[in-house]
Amino acid sequence: MKRYSAFAVAREALRYHMGWERAWASPEPKKKYDVIIVGAGGHGLATAYYLGRNFGITNVAVLEKGWLGGGNTGRNTTIIRSNYLQDPSAAIYEKSRSLYETLSQDLNYNVMYSPRGVMMLAQTQHEIRGYERTAHANALQGVSTEFISPSRVKELVPIINIDGPRYPVLGALWQPRAGTARHDAVAWGYARACSAMGMHIIQKCEVTGISREGGKVTGVTTNRGDIACDKLGIVVAGHSGHLADMAGFRLPVESVALQALVSEPIKPCMDVVVMANTVHGYMSQSDKGEMVIGGGADGYNNFTQRGSFHHIEETVRALIETFPMISRLKMLRQWGGIVDMTGDRSPILSRTPVEGVFINCGWGTGGFKAIPGSGWGFAELMAKGHAPLCDEFSLNRFREGRFIDESVAAGVAH
Amino acid sequence: MLILTCPCCGVTAEETEFHPGGEAHVKRFGPGSNDDEFHSYLFEKVNPKGVHFERWRHANGCGKWFNAARCTVTLEVFGTYSAQTTEPPQDIKDKISAKRPGWSWREFA
Repeated sequence: MKRYSAFAVAREALRYHMGWERAWASPEPKKKYDVIIVGAGGHGLATAYYLGRNFGITNVAVLEKGWLGGGNTGRNTTIIRSNYLQDPSAAIYEKSRSLYETLSQDLNYNVMYSPRGVMMLAQTQHEIRGYERTAHANALQGVSTEFISPSRVKELVPIINIDGPRYPVLGALWQPRAGTARHDAVAWGYARACSAMGMHIIQKCEVTGISREGGKVTGVTTNRGDIACDKLGIVVAGHSGHLADMAGFRLPVESVALQALVSEPIKPCMDVVVMANTVHGYMSQSDKGEMVIGGGADGYNNFTQRGSFHHIEETVRALIETFPMISRLKMLRQWGGIVDMTGDRSPILSRTPVEGVFINCGWGTGGFKAIPGSGWGFAELMAKGHAPLCDEFSLNRFREGRFIDESVAAGVAH
Repeated sequence: MLILTCPCCGVTAEETEFHPGGEAHVKRFGPGSNDDEFHSYLFEKVNPKGVHFERWRHANGCGKWFNAARCTVTLEVFGTYSAQTTEPPQDIKDKISAKRPGWSWREFA
């Protein structure tokens, strides 16, 4: 792999850009790998990358039904934050956020991490108490957040209307080192680094069955033939239940649609991310100038990768009071992804009843921010059988009543 | 946008008039059941990619609960029926079998 650098740009400029190589190879699948990861989204590729980098396991294949990063990795609103209430969540999300800080250098690929700051507006008395509690919890966890006043909110976001009347801004939970990154670049950067380590990324390869022998995984059946493996990692978000079925166990996960939309591009007007959880809306401005808006998930099981129109209306209607200037913006695009929701709104990174099969799912509406941390922890889990970052997120926690209850902590799906 | 017909009051309306209530035909396990059954009842919801039976409430209407048969891939609604039943009525099953040949039926409680 040739390194990307200012020198490389200059060199290629002098020879009509003929020397750029493909970012990753597209090999034919081998008969057998040590580890197969199903799902070449951010989490799957990050897992493969850290398996190679931290544990020297490079005989790895990442299988993808569609195209690389075409699922929720390419469908989110790119927000990165770690201001969670529960200790296990704060640990894995803060690990993730801190890895994002240097990810461009680590991968030699510009993921455009922009630590522009994320604020979560408190618009009810209940939320003030909730966020003050989270700020205290974050202080104990070593996550840098603070509860700020409405005047400070106005200073940071001049376009905001803090006076209500229906949803006044009473304060905000502010995480200055949170922000956004280029979502596609995260998947592409990991893919390029994996390919450089000799791993195989195989697209348009749909897993149709999981072979087992004596309670242990032996390989997978795909539309490109049977592939054997010693260990299997299932990292497929909305389709997790589907693959768990193939492996013969069930998951406490339901798949629903979550959607987002962007406006036409406008001049820079807001340089932080603002989340308003009472009204289920959040907004940031992309580098292209589009206002990126996200809302709540649909209420029913759904595999369609598109959302209901009335949810857009609800989200935008509420945001217009807080951001009056967006009332005249035209919306350009709307899209949806299938998110996998668990009962406690926390992910599952776990061994499974089938030996050698590991599952990483349940990130629900907030998986993008967790990509590096999830990959880091899940790679350790797959390599060593347990990992400090993942142990609390095991599949058994539901049976044992050890919920990591972020749905109660946030008061909304997040 | 789904369009549902409430079998209780007969009104046909858009989904904003209704509220989704999750999986239908859940078999309940309470005191006296073992851990596996209780865990499965509480957490392991069916999450089919295809035909799904679920509960809906006519929240902005007559307020009654009913069940709907729906495809989670195409959002096609096969029909709605009374919630006072432990499994889908035969006419709904026939309709689904006609439209989804080969669909394998799970066991209802």
